Amino acid sequence: MSIRFDKLGVVIALLVAYGALAAPFATFRANRIVPGDAKTILEALPAGAGAALLGVMVAATVVILLKTPTFLRLAAAAASLVAIALFIGMAATHLAPPENAYARVSPASGFWILLFAFALLAADSITRLKPRPVVRVLLLLVTLGGAAVILMSGLWDGLSILKEYAGRADVFWLEAGRHVTLALGSLAASVIVGLPLGILCHRVEPLRDGVLNTLNLIQTIPSIALFGILIAPLGWIAVNVPGAAAIGIRGIGAAPAFVALFLYSLLPVVANTVVGLAGVPREANEAARGIGMTDRQRLFGIELPLAMPVILTGIRIVLVQNIGLATIAALIGGGGFGVFVFQGIGQTAMDLVLLGAVPTVVLAFAAAIVLDSLIEMNVPRRERGRTA
Amino acid sequence: MIEIDGITKRYDDNTVVNNVTMTIEPRTVTVIVGTSGSGKTTLLRMINRLVEPTSGTIRLDGEDNHTMPGYELRRRIGYAIQGHGLFPHRTVAQNIATVPVLLGWDRARIDAKVAELLALFQLDPTLFAARFPHELSGGQQQRVGVARALAAEPNVLLMDEPFGALDPIIRAKAQADLLDIQRLLKTTIVLVTHDMDEAFHLADKIAVMDKGELVQYGAPAELVKNPATEFVETLIGASERPFRLLSIETAGEAVEPGTADGKPLPEATSQRDALSEMLWTGRHALPVAAADGRILGRVTLEGLTRRAAKPQ
Amino acid sequence: MRAWVPPILRAVLLAVLIAFLVSPGWFSPLLKPLVQDNAPAIYNQGSLLTLTLLHLRIVAIATAGAIVVAVTLAILVTRPFGAEFLPLSRSLVNVGQTFPPVAVLALAVPALGFGEKPTLVALFLYGLLPIFENTLTGLTTLPVSVMEAARGSGMTERQRLFKVELPLAMPVILAGIRLSVVISLATATIGSTVAAKTLGEVIIAGLQSNNIAFVLQGGLIVGALAVLIYDGLSAIERVLARRAGLFS
Repeated sequence: MSIRFDKLGVVIALLVAYGALAAPFATFRANRIVPGDAKTILEALPAGAGAALLGVMVAATVVILLKTPTFLRLAAAAASLVAIALFIGMAATHLAPPENAYARVSPASGFWILLFAFALLAADSITRLKPRPVVRVLLLLVTLGGAAVILMSGLWDGLSILKEYAGRADVFWLEAGRHVTLALGSLAASVIVGLPLGILCHRVEPLRDGVLNTLNLIQTIPSIALFGILIAPLGWIAVNVPGAAAIGIRGIGAAPAFVALFLYSLLPVVANTVVGLAGVPREANEAARGIGMTDRQRLFGIELPLAMPVILTGIRIVLVQNIGLATIAALIGGGGFGVFVFQGIGQTAMDLVLLGAVPTVVLAFAAAIVLDSLIEMNVPRRERGRTA
Repeated sequence: MIEIDGITKRYDDNTVVNNVTMTIEPRTVTVIVGTSGSGKTTLLRMINRLVEPTSGTIRLDGEDNHTMPGYELRRRIGYAIQGHGLFPHRTVAQNIATVPVLLGWDRARIDAKVAELLALFQLDPTLFAARFPHELSGGQQQRVGVARALAAEPNVLLMDEPFGALDPIIRAKAQADLLDIQRLLKTTIVLVTHDMDEAFHLADKIAVMDKGELVQYGAPAELVKNPATEFVETLIGASERPFRLLSIETAGEAVEPGTADGKPLPEATSQRDALSEMLWTGRHALPVAAADGRILGRVTLEGLTRRAAKPQ
Repeated sequence: MRAWVPPILRAVLLAVLIAFLVSPGWFSPLLKPLVQDNAPAIYNQGSLLTLTLLHLRIVAIATAGAIVVAVTLAILVTRPFGAEFLPLSRSLVNVGQTFPPVAVLALAVPALGFGEKPTLVALFLYGLLPIFENTLTGLTTLPVSVMEAARGSGMTERQRLFKVELPLAMPVILAGIRLSVVISLATATIGSTVAAKTLGEVIIAGLQSNNIAFVLQGGLIVGALAVLIYDGLSAIERVLARRAGLFS
C-alpha cells in the first residue's frame, strides 16, 4: 500500500512548518512602546521546552499529513493547541522575569500562524465528525473552560495583554458588563418589537414593502454616523421629557448606542420573521384551517413553530452583529470593549487593542456556536436521499 | 451497433448493474424498463460514460468507448433527459447549436442545421429561434431538448425518461413524433422508461432490468408470450397481456379481404385502438385505409380476438 | 407605489448628492440649526468631494480584490480536486463572519501601520465573505438536469464552468458583490479611526467637536452612496437574471 497524503493536511503542515521554524514565536520589548525583538521558538523558550514544543509540532504534522482517522486528527489539533497555549505562557516568564514590570512579551506571528493552522485542523475535524448540537456546545464549554483554567493558574500572567489587564481589571469587567448589556439588551428590544412587527407585515401585505424598505435604508447609514446622529434627539428628550433623564436617557453614552443597535437589529428580525412565515408550506396552513383552527391557534401552533429556524437565524445574525458593533459605542462614550480598542489605537498600544478585540471575538464566536446549535435543534431532521 | 459486454457498476458494496451483456441493433428503438433502482438509468449512462463502469466493455460499431476522452465520446452521442435540461441562459437556437459549436462547425452549417431541426420539430424558426427556454411550453421545451440531442447528427440517441414530465396528451404526440423522426433519420435510439405502455408503443426490443440484472431482452411480443421471470410477468400485468399484444402491431398488419361499413381506420392505427373503436361503435368489422385513402380491406373482431389470444 | 416613482426618487437623490458634493455651501442654511454657537455647518477641514472619491476608491480596490479571490476560491472548492476543502471553507466563512470589523481593522494596524493599508485589508477580508458564500451557493445549487445535459452534450469541465455554471450563478454572485459593497461602504468610515482618508473623517470630526451637522452630512453621504450603488447593482442583476431565464 502506498502512502497517501491528505490535501488539507499538506496545506496545514506547510503552515505549521512556516509558523514553527521560520516565523518568530514571541516578541520581547523592553517597555510598552519601543519596537520589539522577535524570538523564534528555540530562542523564546528554555532549551528543553523549545525542543519539546518542536517535538509536539513534528508529531502533529505526521498525523496531519497522512490520511489518519478524523478522531486522531482532532486529538492532534487539540494537543497542539494546548501545547502552544502553555508554552507561550512559559515564553513570557522565560524572556521577561516577573519582577521586571516594564518589559512586555507578546505572541508574535509564528504563534498566531500555529494557532490558526491548528484551529483550522480542529474546525475541519469537527465539521467532518458532524457532532450533534449539544456536543458542539459542550466542546465550546470545554475550550472556554480550559482557557479559563490557564488564565486563573497565572501561567499567562507574563503576557503583555494580561499585563494590560492587570492594570485595569476593574474597568475591564465594568466595560465587559456594558458590552454584554448593550448587545443583549438591544437584541431583546429588537425581538420584542420586531417579532410582532414581522407578523404584522406578513398578515398586512401593503405594510410589508414600506417597513422593509425603511429598515433597509437604516442599514445603509454607517454605524458611527447613526450613533452620532442619535445624540441630538436623545439629548433633546433628556432635557425636555420629564423623567427621561432619570431612567438613563442621555445625549451621549449608552442610550444612543442602545437605540442605534436596536435600529440595526430590527431589519434581520423583521425580514426573517416575514420570510419564515412566508415559507410555511401552504398545505400545512390549509390543513390547519381545514381542521378548524382559529387564526391565533394557527399562528402559535403551526406558523411560528415552522418559521422558528428562520427567525432564529435572524436572531443569530443580530446577536453576532451587535456584539461586533457594540465596540463602536466607545466612540460616543457608550463603553464596552471598544474603549480598549480605541484607547489602544490612540496610544499605538497593540496589546491594549487586543485586550478589547480578543474578548469581543470570543464572545461573538461563542454566541454564533450556541445559536447555530439552537437553530439546528429546531429544524426537524429530514432524511436526505438521492434518487437514482 | 452497440455491444454491451459483461458490464458491471458497483458503488462500494452496492452493485447497481451486474454483469449485463446485450447487443443493440443499429437503426432500432430499444427500450430499457424496470422499477426505480433497477439500474436502468445507470446502464444507459455507461454507454456515453456519464458513469464509468466498474468492469466490462461497451463497443460502438466495434470500437471500445474508452478509446477517446469521455467528452469527445459524448459529442458523438445524442443525449436527452427528463425535464429537458435546456440551458436557461441561452436561446433555443443557441441550445440546439451546443454540440455543433463544441465540434467547431462553421457558422453557416450550424445555422442551417438549427433551422432544419426546428422545422423538423414543428417549431417555426422565425418565432422560436431567439426565444429563451422559459418562454416555451413544456412540450416545446421537450422538443428542443431532443433537437439539441440530434444536432450533431449522432448515430446513437440516448434518452432518459424523455417524456416523463409531459401530460398524457402531449406525451402521446411526442412519442408519435419520435417514431416519425427515427424512421426519417434512422438513428439508433436507446430509451429508459418505467412506463410499460410507452415501452410497448415505441420499442423494437425491450430490455427488462431488475435489481441490477438484465432479466429479459427481446421483442415486445416475446415478452408477453414467454415472460422469463415472474417479475416480467408482473411488469406486463396479467390482465393487460392481450391488449399488449394488440398494441404492438398495426391494423394494416391484420387486414383481411372483404368490405365493412363505417369510417375507415388509418393503417398505422394500432390493433388495440382498432379493437377499441369496434367495441365502442358496436361493429364487427371496420375498413382499413392506406395513407393515400385507398381501402386495403377490413379488420374483424374475430381476427383481432385470435391475434390477442395466448399463443399455442 | 407606481412604477415611475422609484426611478425619479433615485434621480433626485443622485442630483442632491452631486449638488451637495460640488457646492456644499448651498446647503449650509439647512444644517445651521444643528450646530451651536458659531461652529461651521459644513465640513471645513478638507473637500467633501475629494473625501467621497477617496472613500469610493478604497471600497472599489478592496471589493475588486475580494471578488477575484473569493470567486476563485469558491470555484476551486467546488471542483473535484478541491472538494476536500469544501466543508472546511463553509465553516471558515461562518467563523469569519463572527469577527467584528473594528477588530479586524485594529488587528491589521500592528502589521501595516496607520492609514489606508489596514483599512484596505479589513475591507478586503470582510468583503470576501458574502461574495464567497454567494458564489458557493450559486455554484452548488445549479439545476441538476442542466448540469447533466451539459455533461451529456460533451462539454469539458472547463467549458461547463465558463459556459454554463458561471453564467447561471452570475445573478447570485452579483447579489453577494452588492452586499459586500454596501457593507464595505459603511465599514470604510471606521477606517478613519486609524487615519484612513474616508468620509469617516467627517463623522469623527463631528463626534470630537460635538458637531451634529458634520456627523449627519458624513453619514448621509455614505448612506446615499450605498442606496444608489445598491440600486444600480440590483438593476444589473435583474437584467442578467431575466436573461438567464430565472424570473419568468
